[in-house]
Amino acid sequence: MEIVLYAVGALLLLALVCGAILGFASERFKVEGDPIVDQINALLPQTQCGQCGHPGCRPYAESIANGEAINRCPPGGQATINALADLLDVEAVPLDDEHGEEKPPMVAYIREDECIGCTKCIQACPVDAILGAAKQMHTVIVSECTGCDLCVEPCPVDCIDMVPLEVTTRNWKWDKPLAPDMIIATDRGGQTA
Amino acid sequence: MSRQIHAFPGGVHPPENKDQSSHNPIALPPLPAELTLPLNQHSGAPAKPVVSVGDKVLKGQLLAKANGFVSAPVHAPTSGTITAIEVCPVPHPSGLEEPCIILQSDGEDRWAELEPVTDYTAAAKDLLLQKIHDAGVVGLGGAGFPAAVKMASRTEDKIHTVVVNGAECEPYITADDRLMRERADKIVGGILILRHLLNPKEIIIGIEDNKPEAVDAMRAACKGKNIEVAVVPTRYPSGDAQRLIYLLTGKEVPNDARSVDIGILCYNVGTLAAVHDAIVEGKPLISRITTLTGEALKQPQNVEALIGTPADHLLEFSGLKKRKLHSLVLGGPMMGHTLERTDMPVLKTTNCLIAATWEEFPPAPTPQECIRCGLCSEACPVSLLPQQLYWHSKAENHDQLNHHNLFDCIECGACAYVCPSAIPLVQYYRASKGEIRQLQAKQQKAEYSKKRFEDRQARLEAEKAAREAKRKANAERAAQLKKEKAAAAANPAAAKPEDSAKADEVKAALARATARKATEGKAGRPQLSAKQKELKIQLSMVKAQLKKSERALADAKGSEETNAQLQTNIDKLKAQVATLEKEFEQAAQAPVAAAPEQPAKKAKPVLNEQQKKLKIESAMARAAVKKAQRALDEAGKSAANIDELKQTLQQAQTKADELEAAMKAAADAPAPEPAADKPVKKPKPALSDAQKKLKIEAAMARAAVKKAQRALDEAGDTPELKQALQQAQEKAAEVEAAMQAAAEAPEPAPAEEKPARKAKPVLSDAQKKLKIEAAMARAAVKKAQRALDEAGDDPELKQALQQAQAKAAELEAAMQAAAEAPAPEPEPTPAPAAEKPARKAKPVLSDEQKKLKIEAAMARAAVKKAQRALDDAGEDAANIDELKQTLQQAQAAADAAAEALDKASA
Repeated sequence: MEIVLYAVGALLLLALVCGAILGFASERFKVEGDPIVDQINALLPQTQCGQCGHPGCRPYAESIANGEAINRCPPGGQATINALADLLDVEAVPLDDEHGEEKPPMVAYIREDECIGCTKCIQACPVDAILGAAKQMHTVIVSECTGCDLCVEPCPVDCIDMVPLEVTTRNWKWDKPLAPDMIIATDRGGQTA
Repeated sequence: MSRQIHAFPGGVHPPENKDQSSHNPIALPPLPAELTLPLNQHSGAPAKPVVSVGDKVLKGQLLAKANGFVSAPVHAPTSGTITAIEVCPVPHPSGLEEPCIILQSDGEDRWAELEPVTDYTAAAKDLLLQKIHDAGVVGLGGAGFPAAVKMASRTEDKIHTVVVNGAECEPYITADDRLMRERADKIVGGILILRHLLNPKEIIIGIEDNKPEAVDAMRAACKGKNIEVAVVPTRYPSGDAQRLIYLLTGKEVPNDARSVDIGILCYNVGTLAAVHDAIVEGKPLISRITTLTGEALKQPQNVEALIGTPADHLLEFSGLKKRKLHSLVLGGPMMGHTLERTDMPVLKTTNCLIAATWEEFPPAPTPQECIRCGLCSEACPVSLLPQQLYWHSKAENHDQLNHHNLFDCIECGACAYVCPSAIPLVQYYRASKGEIRQLQAKQQKAEYSKKRFEDRQARLEAEKAAREAKRKANAERAAQLKKEKAAAAANPAAAKPEDSAKADEVKAALARATARKATEGKAGRPQLSAKQKELKIQLSMVKAQLKKSERALADAKGSEETNAQLQTNIDKLKAQVATLEKEFEQAAQAPVAAAPEQPAKKAKPVLNEQQKKLKIESAMARAAVKKAQRALDEAGKSAANIDELKQTLQQAQTKADELEAAMKAAADAPAPEPAADKPVKKPKPALSDAQKKLKIEAAMARAAVKKAQRALDEAGDTPELKQALQQAQEKAAEVEAAMQAAAEAPEPAPAEEKPARKAKPVLSDAQKKLKIEAAMARAAVKKAQRALDEAGDDPELKQALQQAQAKAAELEAAMQAAAEAPAPEPEPTPAPAAEKPARKAKPVLSDEQKKLKIEAAMARAAVKKAQRALDDAGEDAANIDELKQTLQQAQAAADAAAEALDKASA
């Protein structure tokens, strides 16, 4: 009987000590904010285009953290979906067509002789990539443009085009060889490796 | 041979195929007619052109300067003319184009003046480095890294070993072999310059044992110079810089570092020969040794090719068998790539061109599945696991690729060479590297965009907060004032003494201020009351006008009639001056104390609004007078304009006079007068107002058409709707007719100044506005068109669109008409109302009627106002006629509006 009491007492003591340590640790090493949202936000392309139905990338990151689908970001495309799936340990699903399709990287271009200098696009640009002043011609700083096309709609004279980012010898990359299911010559239908 | 050779792992022994070209001496091909010089022949930023099209240049002249730290200049390989600077195809695996300078050779091959360094041992090291950099010397082994940058990247005491790369391990290529055999002294010269610059402990030349003649030549040249020539066994890829460093020193370069970080520099033999030329002869890098080989050539050989020479020119020189040519390979068979066309230029890094027949380089066999044989990992000189990389590359598993050190792969092709399944392994690695780099760039951009977005948000927030704070402060102040007022009203007895005390204080302060002013500026002058001040201002202004008129008279020595009229003007002005002066004196003579001022002040608050208006009006009238006068000045000798202008001026002046009178009346006797000057005021802004309104109407008409169209789109093919649309369109047409009529017959007396002004410089504003209109109309049409595209090919919709377009055109025409012809007929106050009923006929019918009614009511109100003004004006005979006319016109407008209403309701 005594032994049982000793055992219970020892366990109780152990529990108290461990509890105290855990309690101290939870206070001492408390993590401020919601790190998962930051992690998700870091994977999103930050175009702030709103195609996902949220007013920006961070709100979408917050909704993803709350269980929204991860396939609603067309600018990020499959690469972003894969990265999110990897981070959240969920199935990587194809992009939801409802929110748009994955396009090559685009950049806004203002046809400058048609610009009337209304500054509406400047106000619409989420990253301050448009330069200009009232009644002065506007222009896009290509290196800053995220290709979100938020400036296209407000333009009263329709002088903004979204053009694909030009491929140069600097950003060109090798193509992957043909997929393995194309290995049998007759499957390829005329294509060569 | 004392040096121990450290064998690297892996490596392969492909057939060498060097004999074809290695036995012929370096040849000099004829001068090509045209040279293409890409601005980016090196790693780093492209060079910046310093010549322009049409410039005549000499051989060796600078064409493009280095742009940034890691960059290299480009020089003219021969004398001639720059014919173009444009994008051209360049020998790049992508087949893309890059900016190039095109040089047409003049056949003279005349050198520019060169500045060799006679004794480099005496020259400053910085100067030598700069000279090497300015000569455009880049690594000729393949990477094209600027040589001087590499030398300057570490301080001299850090470099203990210089490895000279003469291994040339790729099959077919013999350029370095021939160079070492024929120009060993130049290479050694370059090595000595390097030794002078860097002072390394050791200099080792590594040459593969399949080039015994080159080894002998180099040994002979190096005799007694403490330069070691080491022979390494022939094994691909011993020519890779880091493999050669390992072979000769047994040191490995860490994967996140460069060879300079472990104190070793590696240079190709060709680069050192170029360094020698740059320093000792002062020649920039304008040519290089290139191997021309392959079975499609009659005479495989090495040539000293000018940079920019088209490949086909060189191949021709070596006897190209065009029919046999199947693929043209740039570089060696292991690491090179095929060229799609044969007119690509030779670059600083082009060491070999292989004109291969079909038998020589047959198409790659069909790849089979990986059988995990492991031959590739045995062959890999970097000890990677190629088949693992292959699997992860196929699965796009970038984490695993990084984990398996994909970026350490030197893409030598040894793995693919030994693969029994003929899998193009290097292609997979290259594609994966590209993808990972792209993703990294994307990630960087995303982070950057995020920062910019957050900065912008913060900025907007700060602006908003500032606005809010300002608003709050204002509100607080207003509340405070209100409270005080309320308190004063609640207990006047209690507040009064305090109030009056405060008022006294304010008064005292004011008095002090005026006294100070008086003593400072206008000493001896009596303090001026508000009225006096005003009078004084008026006086000075009228005087100014008088002066101007006189000047105008002096300038316009045109017809006598003109002069007479001007003279009368001046007389009138003079009279005005006299009266004003008199008034001023009277006012001045009145006691100056605060007491008499007070009543004037007190009378003001009641009148406040009116007085303000009057003041504004008088200012406007004055401005009009000034403008007219200016126009008169400008018109100068043009007799045709003068009459009109003069009339205008007179009218404006009469108006000014009237206004002043009215103001005086208003100041003297409080109240109802302002109506009298309304007609005077109203006509004035009417022109701009009418234009504005016309514009608004145009926009609304467009909107209505758009709405109708949208409704039609949504409703589909309902015939009733279509009918409604047609009706609306008919109505729109009517509206436009009305609008045009309104636009063509506008404008009151001051309008006469406008033509003068319009004719002169001010048009730009109106033009701008018209342009905007036009652009917006175009946009509307475009949008409609897009809607149409989306809706499909409904012919009725198309018709509607056409009508809309026609309308847009009409609108523009109307706008132009309005802008061009602001006409002579005076127009009543309610002119805009006359247009409005017309416009309102447009939108949905029930609404429209309501609006018409409102319009009519407004027109009636205007008539009433005019009438009241007429009543008020009373005895002022001068005004009466004008007012009456105005009234009549207003009534006519009201009638028109009523008629429009009837029509619409019918």
